[in-house]
Amino acid sequence: MKSILRLAVNGKPREDAVAENALLIDYLRDVLGLTGTKQGCDGGECGACTVLVDGKPRLACSTLAHSVVGREIETIEGLSRAGNLSRLQRAFHEHLGSQCGFCTPGMIMAAEALLRSNPHPGRDQIKAALAGNLCRCTGYVKIIESVEAASRAVEQAA
Amino acid sequence: MNAPEHKVVTLKPASEPRGVGARMPFVDGIEKVTGTARYTADLPAGGALFGKILRSPYAHAELLEVDISEALALPGVRAVITGDECDMPYGVIPIAQNEFPLARDRVRYIGDPVAAVAAIDEVTADAALALIRLRVRELPAYFSAAEARQPNAVPLHDNKADNIERAVHNEFGDTAAGFAAADLVREDNYQCAEVHHAMMEPNAALATYDAERGHLTLWSVTQVPYYVHLTLARCLKMEAAHIRVIKPFVGGGFGHRTEALNFEVVCAMLARAARGTVRLLMSREESFLAHRGRPESHIRMKLGMTREGRLTACEAEVVQRGGAYGGYGLVTILYSGALLNGLYDIPAVKYDGYRVYSNTPACGAMRGHGTVNIRFALESLLDSMAAELGLDPIEVRRRNLLQAPTDTINGLKVMSYGLPECLDWVEAASGWQARKGKLDRVGNIGRGLGMACSHFVSGSAKPVHWSGEPHAVIILKLDFDASVTILTGASDIGQGSSTIITQVVAEVLGIDYSRIRIIANDSAITPKDNGSYSSRVTFMVGNAAANAAENLKRILVAAAAKRLAVTEAEVDWLGEAASSLSNPDKQISFADVAEEALVATGTLTVKGTFTCPPEFQGGKQRGGAVGSTMGFSYAAQAVEVSVDLDLGKVTVEKVWAAIDCGFAINPMSVEGQVQGAIWMGMGQAISEETVYENGHHMAANMLDYRVPTIVESPDIEVHIVESIDPNGPFGAKEASEGPLSGFMSALAAAVEDATGQRFRALPITPVHVFDALNKKPRVAKPQAESAQGAA
Repeated sequence: MKSILRLAVNGKPREDAVAENALLIDYLRDVLGLTGTKQGCDGGECGACTVLVDGKPRLACSTLAHSVVGREIETIEGLSRAGNLSRLQRAFHEHLGSQCGFCTPGMIMAAEALLRSNPHPGRDQIKAALAGNLCRCTGYVKIIESVEAASRAVEQAA
Repeated sequence: MNAPEHKVVTLKPASEPRGVGARMPFVDGIEKVTGTARYTADLPAGGALFGKILRSPYAHAELLEVDISEALALPGVRAVITGDECDMPYGVIPIAQNEFPLARDRVRYIGDPVAAVAAIDEVTADAALALIRLRVRELPAYFSAAEARQPNAVPLHDNKADNIERAVHNEFGDTAAGFAAADLVREDNYQCAEVHHAMMEPNAALATYDAERGHLTLWSVTQVPYYVHLTLARCLKMEAAHIRVIKPFVGGGFGHRTEALNFEVVCAMLARAARGTVRLLMSREESFLAHRGRPESHIRMKLGMTREGRLTACEAEVVQRGGAYGGYGLVTILYSGALLNGLYDIPAVKYDGYRVYSNTPACGAMRGHGTVNIRFALESLLDSMAAELGLDPIEVRRRNLLQAPTDTINGLKVMSYGLPECLDWVEAASGWQARKGKLDRVGNIGRGLGMACSHFVSGSAKPVHWSGEPHAVIILKLDFDASVTILTGASDIGQGSSTIITQVVAEVLGIDYSRIRIIANDSAITPKDNGSYSSRVTFMVGNAAANAAENLKRILVAAAAKRLAVTEAEVDWLGEAASSLSNPDKQISFADVAEEALVATGTLTVKGTFTCPPEFQGGKQRGGAVGSTMGFSYAAQAVEVSVDLDLGKVTVEKVWAAIDCGFAINPMSVEGQVQGAIWMGMGQAISEETVYENGHHMAANMLDYRVPTIVESPDIEVHIVESIDPNGPFGAKEASEGPLSGFMSALAAAVEDATGQRFRALPITPVHVFDALNKKPRVAKPQAESAQGAA
């Protein structure tokens, strides 16, 4: 059974007919074509599908689409503005916080939520914020360095 | 000659780091951080059917009947296929092909694919699977190598009555004499649990069958597209020329994807049966069941040593539980023996290896292929013997170093050897002499240091399919727009191979990165490549890229000479411009040179190749090619741990790792590879293991299969040693596999330093540490016992 889902995705208001049992990740990927949000496990294990709901990190694979009616959803596609990488995107790129890249969107979204609430986190705070996001390539060393570099970077003018 | 007026080009300092040796971000990094990188599951495929696989619930059974009649009749089902669809067995090793994409006659592990459906949506596909009826006769099933080797065991495969896929016996040098000459001979047993790649991207494939033309296109997550290509041609009995294989972005591999896997063939067969497009997305659980990881291993290791610490002989016996099918198995068991050599100078080495079939998912290649578990055993025993003789662990290794160039006793060539420098750095950086054995216990927290060495090949000098082709081919295209396009079949799976190839081409030509594009992994466009395995790409494809760029540069220098009206010898090649040595102010731009180069010939395509000469292809013994390479990487590492003596929990506090990668084409990427390798070794050392209970995978998810999170991951400090290999591109060798295999024994040594207990079984979990520290052997319940594998 489908019903109308009203919410905002990356700043754009949306109205879509969506199955009532649809997961947020399937809505984002299959209905909106926002495939930057990845599915890396069978539900809630890896963090690759992390998106922001009203600025807070959420696993899109374990969230019913209709449970976020009226909320503001942000995905990796919404982070770069006018073609410019966000400070976290730039830092992950320049400091090799991303190797295969599959965990990267979820990792960056989780880090984005952290930096918004805590612009200059310590290592333990970074680790705590990213504890639910698995990476199999980097050993996390350059991920931590990337988040630190982003926290040092001056916000780019909008 | 009517040369046009020369433009004066002012060369600006490069805005980006250039060429080799630069810490360059990945050429495909922007796509990854913006979410625009498309992996197989992300590819747009409107109207694609939904594929799904039915898997065996039996660990070992004769398959008497697979009844698909009801499933076929379900509305919305477009195809249902069984083992009848393909009667050609496949497997990566031509002499050990015994796997079918869908089981025929026999299922051999829980999860073995039996049938597959393509339907209009997931619900219909699931409903169709539920309508398929299996009729079987169950057979005895074996979940350990020891069970499968019992004299009365039912063979999994008819041609191997004893369930031994491959036994390897060889001896180089005189081990009896070596042990007789030793002052200390010691033998210990070691055990390593099975581990899995757990690459972040689950398996996925997309196949389109063009029914009008009889052509097939497959997109998949593979590390070796041409193996998939050949396997599709074989299993679908199609002309290879009618198949196109494309590798999009791939989310890691670590060896899981170095052979064609059943889901890729099944997806193609479904597309052909449904005469359309099928998307087959494997769950994480199914990705675990495809397995191909590092086998459970039992190792008996014996070493002889003089009281000065010189090794006199080594004798090793390895039993690997290989799983249900051949896969890479015989290569793995050969690697374990071959790479006992090449790290230290051991005058005599005897090896007995047994690869055993079992009713568990097939093992295969995993980062450090075949060398990791035996390295754990050898380095651990080296430490124990050094301690017995009162020798320092670093010093005992120094006393057994090789001198490059040299040939090993089993016919391997060591051309460059930076291990001494690696040891020096690790010793200094870790504060070894002041801290080893001297770290204070803080409350209930013991602390310790350990170290180990390791090595790995930079590509196998003899490829799996020995066709006489070069080991690597690169094509460069220069066109009217003065852009250079690199065409490569090398698979970037996240390790950065496209970046390395681009840096090599940029270095040789001296041009800006903005002028270079790289197109990879489309069999219709790019040249065949042997694939991303055995750390071959930087060395082999890097050499081919340098060769291609030099070939193009020669043409460009000739064109510049013509345009400048000077001889080629007088051309000063500046990359983005050219001038004459006698008149440096007169410059022409790269675009001018390209325009001249295309006169009378048009678009230029230039090829570069690389071939490993036969003398590098290993010893003459059977299987002697395995382990052969043109360049070994070397690594040393020190690991500091803390151990909670109440809870038995081991925490890795810090790792110092030195890598001899010959030359770092991209030092940032080398660091990333080394950190990733060491960290993956840490997972195997302290937490990761697949667990089967009566053949059921009990850890087929990312929670029960304990990949370390960021919280328990240490800082890993990397030091690069550049030994400048005589044959590597700019002297480069591999960096991403060698450092892994030293970790486990370095950790075990650190735990011993902290607790006084030497652990010889992996993983070293809190349960094992707790039991050892409390000296009360835990009486395991039968279930728990089987969950730990053979005792």
